Amino acid sequence: MSFLSVDNINVFYNEFQALFGVSMSVEKGETVAIIGSNGAGKSTLMRTIAGGLIPTQGSIRYEGTDTAEKTAFEMNRLGIALVPEGRKIFPSLSVEENLKIGGYSGRTGQWTLEKIYEQFPILKERRSNGGTQLSGGQQQMVAIGRALMSNPDLILMDEVSLGLAPIIVNEIYTVVRQIAQTGTTVILVEQDVNRGLREADRFYCLLEGKVSLAGKPTEVDQDQVSKAYFGL
Amino acid sequence: MQWINTLVQGILLGGLYALYGTGLSLIFGVMRIVNLAHGDFIMLGAFMSLLVTMILGLPPLISLLIVVPVMFLVGFFLQRGILNTTIGKGLMPPLVITFGLSVIVQNVLQLGFSADSQGLDAGSLETASVTINEQLSIGIMPLITFLTAVGVLVALQIFFNRTKMGQAFRATSDDPATAELMGINSRQIYAIAMGIAFAIVAIAGVLLGIRTNFAPTDGPARLIFAFEAVIIGGLGSLWGTLAGGVILGLSQSIGAAINPAWFQLAGHVVTLVVLAVRPTGLFARTRDS
Repeated sequence: MSFLSVDNINVFYNEFQALFGVSMSVEKGETVAIIGSNGAGKSTLMRTIAGGLIPTQGSIRYEGTDTAEKTAFEMNRLGIALVPEGRKIFPSLSVEENLKIGGYSGRTGQWTLEKIYEQFPILKERRSNGGTQLSGGQQQMVAIGRALMSNPDLILMDEVSLGLAPIIVNEIYTVVRQIAQTGTTVILVEQDVNRGLREADRFYCLLEGKVSLAGKPTEVDQDQVSKAYFGL
Repeated sequence: MQWINTLVQGILLGGLYALYGTGLSLIFGVMRIVNLAHGDFIMLGAFMSLLVTMILGLPPLISLLIVVPVMFLVGFFLQRGILNTTIGKGLMPPLVITFGLSVIVQNVLQLGFSADSQGLDAGSLETASVTINEQLSIGIMPLITFLTAVGVLVALQIFFNRTKMGQAFRATSDDPATAELMGINSRQIYAIAMGIAFAIVAIAGVLLGIRTNFAPTDGPARLIFAFEAVIIGGLGSLWGTLAGGVILGLSQSIGAAINPAWFQLAGHVVTLVVLAVRPTGLFARTRDS
């Protein structure tokens, strides 16, 4: 039994179907990348796993229990944290309050406010600032720190590199690797295919709401990935 | 000296209006619901207190110990049972539902208490006053009302800034979908917010009932004062609501001093002027997002 298994799910936004029979599985401790072009359904898949969307068909099993019908706050309490696309920092909350609210579920573990500040010293300096007064990179650190505060067993990272300078992206991915090394299971959504393939143990490529290719980055060549990505 | 008296009465009256406005502002701030039955729930609080004082023989202010928790539960279950079903369906469904509730509350109160005016009897407290000098004396009840409003606002401020649940309120107000990702049950937050608003409404209703006579159909007029306090002060600002209430109370008192018929008119005119000059209110919280 996989740690997380998604089996043949269909997901709709109102009338619009975003996912068509998507299946994937993730083992404990793995880092898995979801790649694909704009509108391929990557963020939808993330939000569905995190409980923000309910599939109309298919099942999601997390640690052996069926969680397809569970809502986002229940999934957070079960140990799934999502770093949402666009960061979604709470503008009314300070940096420190944003981090603290991440620990709302009260799950304990290695991550505490002090540990987050150790990981991102700049956030400690700016902890009384409004959450949205920070630079893009710093906001991304808040978003990651906020997700870690719930001490997740599975962390979903949606486009954490989007719109950031390459040097900041490297910095962020150094932290992502450290998180993975502590045994936390990571699912990454990346628009930068090379980055996604480099960071992950396995990957799934989505095309128009369906899985077009899956495997280990070392076992596929550029040509296969291009075809799966662009649907050529 | 006559004028100083007028100004002091106006400011203290503003405390009552701030209490009206705070509940309205809280509900709109957290769940973007405009509660058209807000004024009628103020009356419900007053009549509930009347019932408690009649049955148990308690003074009205002591009846708050029963009325406030009961009203909290009414608000909590109203949100959980009815209004939560309208979440995410736009502004219109809650507007229609609360309009319906307004009609229902008014009619139930008329059935139970008739259309006659009632009053809460607080005994000698109603006429007691502190004498500052020969011309100026301040009524104890208006003073208690104003200090209660300040106390409620301080308590809310501490709740929002210092407690974990208060931070969850603010996060949910910012972005409910992301708040859910943090493990926050937004529907539970909404129900508690409505409960708190109802608890404040209960306090306002009892203080109103001690101050003046009230009838089951007085709600909509109270709703207008609540709206005006919020509009003048600016949405989303707790202390702005107090300032808005005070400005409204002052306008009414000054208007009435010039011509007794201008009591309500002066308040409405000032509200319209604020709307025209600063549509966001005088103390609106502006935050970059």
